[in-house]
Amino acid sequence: MRNYSAFDILGPIMIGPSSSHTAGAARLGKVAKVIAGGEVKAVKFYLHGSFAQTYKGHGTDKALVAGILGMDPWDDRLKTSMEIAKEKGIGIEFIPADLGDVHPNTVKIAITKKDGETTTVMGSSIGGGNIVVTEVDGDALEFTGMYPTLLIHHIDLPGMILKVTKVLYDHNVNVAFLKVFRNSKGADAAMVFEVDGNIADEVIEEIAKIENIKSVKAINI
Amino acid sequence: MVNFGYELVKVCEEKNMSIWEYTLEDEAKESGLSKEAVFEKMRQNLKVMQEAAEYGMKNEVISVSGLIGGDGYKLSRYAESGNTLTGKMMMKAMARALSCSEVNASMGRIVAAPTAGSCGIMPATIITAGEELGKSDDDLVKALFTASGVGIIIAKNATMAGAEGGCQAECGSAAAMAAAAVVEMMGGTPDQALNAAAIVFKNILGLVCDPVAGLVEIPCAKRNASGTVSALTTADMVMGGVMSKIPFDETVEAMYKIGKGMPCALRETAQGGVAITETGLKMQEKVFGK
Repeated sequence: MRNYSAFDILGPIMIGPSSSHTAGAARLGKVAKVIAGGEVKAVKFYLHGSFAQTYKGHGTDKALVAGILGMDPWDDRLKTSMEIAKEKGIGIEFIPADLGDVHPNTVKIAITKKDGETTTVMGSSIGGGNIVVTEVDGDALEFTGMYPTLLIHHIDLPGMILKVTKVLYDHNVNVAFLKVFRNSKGADAAMVFEVDGNIADEVIEEIAKIENIKSVKAINI
Repeated sequence: MVNFGYELVKVCEEKNMSIWEYTLEDEAKESGLSKEAVFEKMRQNLKVMQEAAEYGMKNEVISVSGLIGGDGYKLSRYAESGNTLTGKMMMKAMARALSCSEVNASMGRIVAAPTAGSCGIMPATIITAGEELGKSDDDLVKALFTASGVGIIIAKNATMAGAEGGCQAECGSAAAMAAAAVVEMMGGTPDQALNAAAIVFKNILGLVCDPVAGLVEIPCAKRNASGTVSALTTADMVMGGVMSKIPFDETVEAMYKIGKGMPCALRETAQGGVAITETGLKMQEKVFGK
């Protein structure tokens, strides 16, 4: 039997009208922005299933944009996110799409930054404001954003997990969940660490210095 | 940690505690925070609830789709008219519930309690009961712990999602939790609190989730008003000595089984019930086009 906190029952505090279509959407937008890093120039949202059908009525569009602007699901300005994005000159586009065999509330977010680089993040809003990110830049992975998360791309070689966990141990970071993914043996691979307590910059820098690590991103919540 | 209502009553009786005290203590233990910190965290929920319950009584709040709005304001005026049948308190209770639902539907700030669709029942019930009984904000925070303690048992053994169990799982759970909270606020025992929750469930069993156009507006807002009335009247029924003939845990089980048996069209898909009435479909067309 799953354990619940009193605040799972009463909460979250959020801007309405729907925990899955509004609060979850804002969280997906925010996580995507953090993964992309840097200054956002334009965003395309590919909306799937229920998101595609009802996004206007539920304010899913406003919530996603609010997330891209770094707002939390309880931020009053969520309602006016479109105007704020326009003022900042951020291009916004919504495209109904079939993203395949995924959760009905799924969005693929393509963020183009001012440096011209584009990052894509796919994730689903699975109820009660909870989310799961399922793909970053085309690589399948999985994390919830409930915990500070380390997203590491690397070459699939022996000892990579050990080298990263050594850094975490040195900085007294406790790992709650660890998932590993790879495209094929010896090729591109990814690790997702969900940890207790925010991840400091020096941790990221140290991990980035490890040989065969291609990129490190921290999603502190 | 308890999994069932009968265990919750037993542990409260053994420790000579209310449900709210037990829930607070358990939350502090599980989260590693102090009881004071957990209490203050819940106070944040109360503050947002109070704002949402009041805003739509003082302002005509219209939903984003334009389908609903202004009813909280209407009822709060009517409450002051002196011409009501069920009295000022009941009118204010319903006005508060509608206010929260309208604030939610207009993209205002609310507390999911347990869901956004049922966000009006908990605030309307405890704020109104608290006002009538002369209770402090601290007492209302305690009531929220009673409610979440009962809600945890429901979540563990059934569901609180309309997509899974219909409206009975959302508004039903909210009203059951709220009734239990008011019973403890009035000095009732944990056993009485769960009896109130059981009676509320029995009276709402089978209620489907059939939102017009898939939006959290029609019939959701008025079901929040109705759930609030049910919670308040049931709390009084129990304080008057009436008990549920069917135990709380069995009503939760019944609610879950009914939810599981509901066709998909009646579980938040907007493909059944009032959503597909002639008028419901016209509204859908108006909001989203054909």
